[in-house]
Amino acid sequence: MYEHPLIKYLRRGIRQPFCSGCGNGIIAQCILRAINDLKIDMKKIVFVSGIGCSGWISTLFNADTLHTTHGRPIAFATGVKLGNPELKVVVLTGDGDGAAIGGNHLIHAARRNIEILTILVNNRIYGMTGGQVAPTTPHGMKTTTTPYGNIEYPFDLCKLVEAAGAAYVARWTTFHVKQLISSIKKGLLKDGFSFIEIVSQCPIQYGKYIDLQEPAKLLLMLKDLSINKDKAKTINEKELKEKIIIGEFVDREVIGFSKAYEQLIIKAREKRNE
Amino acid sequence: MSIIIKNKSIEIVIDEEKCKGCGICVALCPLKVLVKSDKISPQGFNLPFPINRDKCSGCRICEYYCPDFAIYIIEGEK
Amino acid sequence: MNEINEIIKPGNYLMMGNEACALGAIIAGCRFFAFYPITPANEIAEYMSIYLPKVGGIYIQMEDEISSIASVIGASWAGLKAMTATSGPGFTLMQENIGHAIMTETPCVIVDVQRCGPSTGTPALPMQGDVYQARRGSHGEYEIIALAPSSVKDTLLLTIEAFNLSEKYRVPVIILSDALIGHMIENVEIPDLSSIKIIDRKKPLKPDESQFFLSEDISPMPTLGSGYRVHITGSTHDEKGIRNVYDPIYVDNLVHKIYAKIHKHIDDIVKIETRYLDDSKVLLLSYGSVARSALHAVELARKAGLKVGHVKLITLWPFPEKLISNIINKGEVEKIIVLENNMGQIVNEVKRVLHKDIEVKFLPPEILGTIHDPMYILENLKRILGDK
Repeated sequence: MYEHPLIKYLRRGIRQPFCSGCGNGIIAQCILRAINDLKIDMKKIVFVSGIGCSGWISTLFNADTLHTTHGRPIAFATGVKLGNPELKVVVLTGDGDGAAIGGNHLIHAARRNIEILTILVNNRIYGMTGGQVAPTTPHGMKTTTTPYGNIEYPFDLCKLVEAAGAAYVARWTTFHVKQLISSIKKGLLKDGFSFIEIVSQCPIQYGKYIDLQEPAKLLLMLKDLSINKDKAKTINEKELKEKIIIGEFVDREVIGFSKAYEQLIIKAREKRNE
Repeated sequence: MSIIIKNKSIEIVIDEEKCKGCGICVALCPLKVLVKSDKISPQGFNLPFPINRDKCSGCRICEYYCPDFAIYIIEGEK
Repeated sequence: MNEINEIIKPGNYLMMGNEACALGAIIAGCRFFAFYPITPANEIAEYMSIYLPKVGGIYIQMEDEISSIASVIGASWAGLKAMTATSGPGFTLMQENIGHAIMTETPCVIVDVQRCGPSTGTPALPMQGDVYQARRGSHGEYEIIALAPSSVKDTLLLTIEAFNLSEKYRVPVIILSDALIGHMIENVEIPDLSSIKIIDRKKPLKPDESQFFLSEDISPMPTLGSGYRVHITGSTHDEKGIRNVYDPIYVDNLVHKIYAKIHKHIDDIVKIETRYLDDSKVLLLSYGSVARSALHAVELARKAGLKVGHVKLITLWPFPEKLISNIINKGEVEKIIVLENNMGQIVNEVKRVLHKDIEVKFLPPEILGTIHDPMYILENLKRILGDK
């Protein structure tokens, strides 16, 4: 009677493991709302997650959930999707899991256009292990392992995945819940590799290093740093450096790997015994 | 255990066991319905309280942005 | 089985070891194979890429060995029998995910066509260097099954056996082949396929079942997408798969149970082959490609009147402790010579079990990276018999 509207999607008895104000919980809601809006049968969705705080998002869900090794959820998910192409497969990964150790699997899955939706939670730091620099950490920032400031530059993950050949690429922040829900819906329905990068607040680790640990302020900061991709074309490069460019970058129709493989099977069976 | 505050036909439900006192709902409510109260949850966090409950329009921004599924709107019979 | 007749009919064929491995897998029901090219395992993949689509199976070439074994585990949970193949360097890369398969009790088969190591080494020459690695390659405490074929026919039959064991015990099974067995060509009789026993994993029957892990008698394994909403994780967990990384009692329970799962049923799992045990004073113990030379040497020795017996390990892990202790109870065995193409790996297990009762000696080949010449074995045998 007085239960949360999304209660049927949540596993009973699982405590929310995230820190106070973490963006992961907002993302969890967006995913469930997208599934709810599309009326997709939760029994036919498999969530494959990596190691890191984002990997724990799917442990909340009342669904088949596969929690894998660090950096490898996309590879496991490829096996799940090919094992049963009828299933919807959603990968939950982070900036370390998906773009550092898992970077190779990310680009190959995009190239292969395997029909999975990859949601990459980018909090721009290694949260679970205590706040080390990540491949997405802004240049100059101090972290536990860059005490003199980060001398490396971060990835533009959307450009990377677009270049690799994905069918759908988008970036939002945890502030943009409505757009996020819409993108997740598109990704769930897409017959190809879908990639959604979500810039998310990490009040405990990231917030500590920019001296802004109040979750609401951090969330609003993400909103203020965001700029729509079309508007981004109108401002100069220097101003753009600090900004988070949001929007849908790629949305195309290309045959997915599992569909292409079905055609291969037909071809192989037609050929005489060799 | 939940706090249920009724406002006309909208019930604002706050789940005390889940709330982690992050303050996002308080900051984001466009009608300033909520404040951070002195009431401490079983987990040790300051709970929000809809002090201006009559202003609530049921927009659900607090519900959508809560990372802990701890605040939500139930629309009653009109 | 009708599908398999599209690929191969019963009869005699000259076949490469690696091809026999691919065929054995398909006969066993393998319908997913993920691979990254590596010598001397490439032929397994080449045959799989031709055969698997013909039976509706999936062949995928992944970007590395890590993703190969990862996708095998994913496909196994989606309901398919799945396999990958590699050699030393790739086997090393796979260890983390092999640990995941053990932790999540995922049936899968990993073929390691051993090369000479360490590192890149000599890819196309055989060595038995990965024996310990098969047992302890991944971190942490666990038990695993490893089999060693010693002929092309063995490869076919043991690949089928590997799938059966992995399904029955929900554990990864390693096939320790090597460059010699993988690349050699021998005659194989493809039997009447209806005579081959195929085992499938136990699945849950009732919709309200939820205990999918940690039974000593092997828990049922739900297929993803069939409504059981299973949580599968590499973190320490309970019988329902739910993670607990705070309380050591969960670690204790989990580790003991995954050990017990294998050891309670060890008699069903382990196999050895023996010959001339009854009146032997000395035994030659070997496995894999070396067993070919060892058997030949035993036959030569017997012709020369020497009372020598032959023991071939088929199962390397779990080590067939009871079967090995029992063999010295027959007759008057005084010595056992362990022959391996390495610096001594399984010999240490033999010593552990037998050293109190008989003398255990180790004999590597004259040149590592080759199997022993039977005459070389015979010379050493005579020398050892001469020492009293």
